[in-house]
Amino acid sequence: MKPQKIAIAVDDLTVAYNYKPVLWDIDLAIPEGVLMAIVGPNGAGKSTLIKSILGIIDPIAGSVAIYGKPYDKQRKLVGYVPQKGSVDWDFPTTALDVVMMGTYGSLGWIKRPGKKERKTALESLEKVGMLAFKDRQISQLSGGQQQRVFLARALAQDAAIYFMDEPFQGVDATTEIAIINILKELRKAGKTVVVVHHDLQTVPEYFDWVTFLNVKKIATGPVKEIFNDDNLTKTYGINYKVSIQQ
Amino acid sequence: MRTITLGTAILGSICGMLGSFAVLRKQSLLGDAISHAALPGIAIAFLITGTKETNVLLIGALISGLLGAFWIRGITKRTHLKSDTALGLILSIFFGFGMLLLTYIQKQPNANQSGLDKFLFGQAATLLSRDVWFMASVTFVCLCVLLLFWKEFKILLFDADYAKTLGFNTKFIDILITSFIVLAIVLGLQTVGVVLMSAMLLAPAAAARQWTNSLGVMVVLAAIFGATSGVLGTAISASQNNLSTGPVIVLVAAVFVIFSFIFSPSRGLLFRQIRFIQNRKDLELHKTLAFMFEIAQDHENISHPHAVKILNNFHGFTRKTLGKLEAKEYISVKGQMWSMTPKGYHFAANLYNQQTNEDE
Repeated sequence: MKPQKIAIAVDDLTVAYNYKPVLWDIDLAIPEGVLMAIVGPNGAGKSTLIKSILGIIDPIAGSVAIYGKPYDKQRKLVGYVPQKGSVDWDFPTTALDVVMMGTYGSLGWIKRPGKKERKTALESLEKVGMLAFKDRQISQLSGGQQQRVFLARALAQDAAIYFMDEPFQGVDATTEIAIINILKELRKAGKTVVVVHHDLQTVPEYFDWVTFLNVKKIATGPVKEIFNDDNLTKTYGINYKVSIQQ
Repeated sequence: MRTITLGTAILGSICGMLGSFAVLRKQSLLGDAISHAALPGIAIAFLITGTKETNVLLIGALISGLLGAFWIRGITKRTHLKSDTALGLILSIFFGFGMLLLTYIQKQPNANQSGLDKFLFGQAATLLSRDVWFMASVTFVCLCVLLLFWKEFKILLFDADYAKTLGFNTKFIDILITSFIVLAIVLGLQTVGVVLMSAMLLAPAAAARQWTNSLGVMVVLAAIFGATSGVLGTAISASQNNLSTGPVIVLVAAVFVIFSFIFSPSRGLLFRQIRFIQNRKDLELHKTLAFMFEIAQDHENISHPHAVKILNNFHGFTRKTLGKLEAKEYISVKGQMWSMTPKGYHFAANLYNQQTNEDE
């Protein structure tokens, strides 16, 4: 296999709330163009890992490089889909307006979104199949539709790397398929996508790269090579043989 | 009189605008905490300078208000305490300290302390035209900042973490908003007073939220409601003897809130109730229609006529529902016989099919 370009390099990342470490000494080298799942039990630090890579949480040690440069300088290359529950969906705004926020980063301070940004936002809504709902007040959207709006907002960022925090949480089967198809499209376009994921059954089907996390990094690599009972047992602490083979 | 009306109108509009942000950030009580936190600043400013010059006292209020606001921020950031606890703590500690200082000042033999009481409940009559000018200029600056950083304010209110990942300095935006809220409150102390000030901030915003689903419209509406409350409140208090202006303004604002809660088309209680009754009636119709559908299904020709009698044993059926269904052209009635129309058949077939209904 020819050596791939490393899109995301995480070095010695350690995060602690009070005295308890939430992430301990994480090293990751995620190659460009993979669709990677982060799996691990509740409280393993999956969301925290994403948030500390993105600078939302300050790590007590460690560094993050995006294409070899510090994250601060590469923000425009990075898109983010937070957990759906992290915002108040009764906020007075429309779906299109939320998606438009994805363009705010490239606009920078003070400058207003114009026609170009509106076009980008509309295209993003169309990609997630939500164009018909563009003027809908966001509280009037179903959970799956809200998740798609969040995804569209990240698409509007037109990033090279995407971090997504449980995009499949609380969505029905149709939406899940729609979302995974978009993620696969992104990979096809050469983007790198990192997803916090809970459903172990679908990992081999959806992803080509996986990181096992439980405060420490258990394993990271191609799904074909490392997605096995041994690593699952190490991560979750119980024998997973039965559930996975079904 | 004109000065006072203008002053309360300007105050109402700036409070309405900034109050919208406080309400949407779920920091409704921040205004209450800040206004109470301003009291010791007033007392200390008086003790140091010995003057009752409003501007000097308000600078003291501004300093202690800001101090209170950022302590609240610090407490919620650095400890595990929730913001309501932090707000309550700062409110009562600062207010307690302020009251202590006020009673101390009252016992001073030389001090003519009566002027300080006005900050507790406000005294619009003491507004001078240069106070109003000052209010107007602050409101103008606030409006400019609002327009300039509109996009940044909006994204911070909706999703602060996301704003941070886009590279915005969320701390700066946060401090900017909070500072302006403190400023608006301090401006209102002279007119409305420490105790009622938070109502000026919240009532117009709460009323405005009922009428719109757009942030921009909400802020404008809140400003209009606030200004109107100011004008009406001043007029009412002037027409009656000895009614103090601050409480009347707050009560007028409260009327706006109650009216909005009841009569707003999308969120109001009245229309919600009407929609509820309407839905229930529709449901009754649908029930009858579904029953007819079952009967019609058994025949090759869906419009085959049936006796009205066979519906009589059915629960939801009345002559009235029959008439309503006919009016909608779902069925046609001839004498004692009814038959289903193709339109009615199609509607009944898709009655419980959510996909088709949702696309409408």
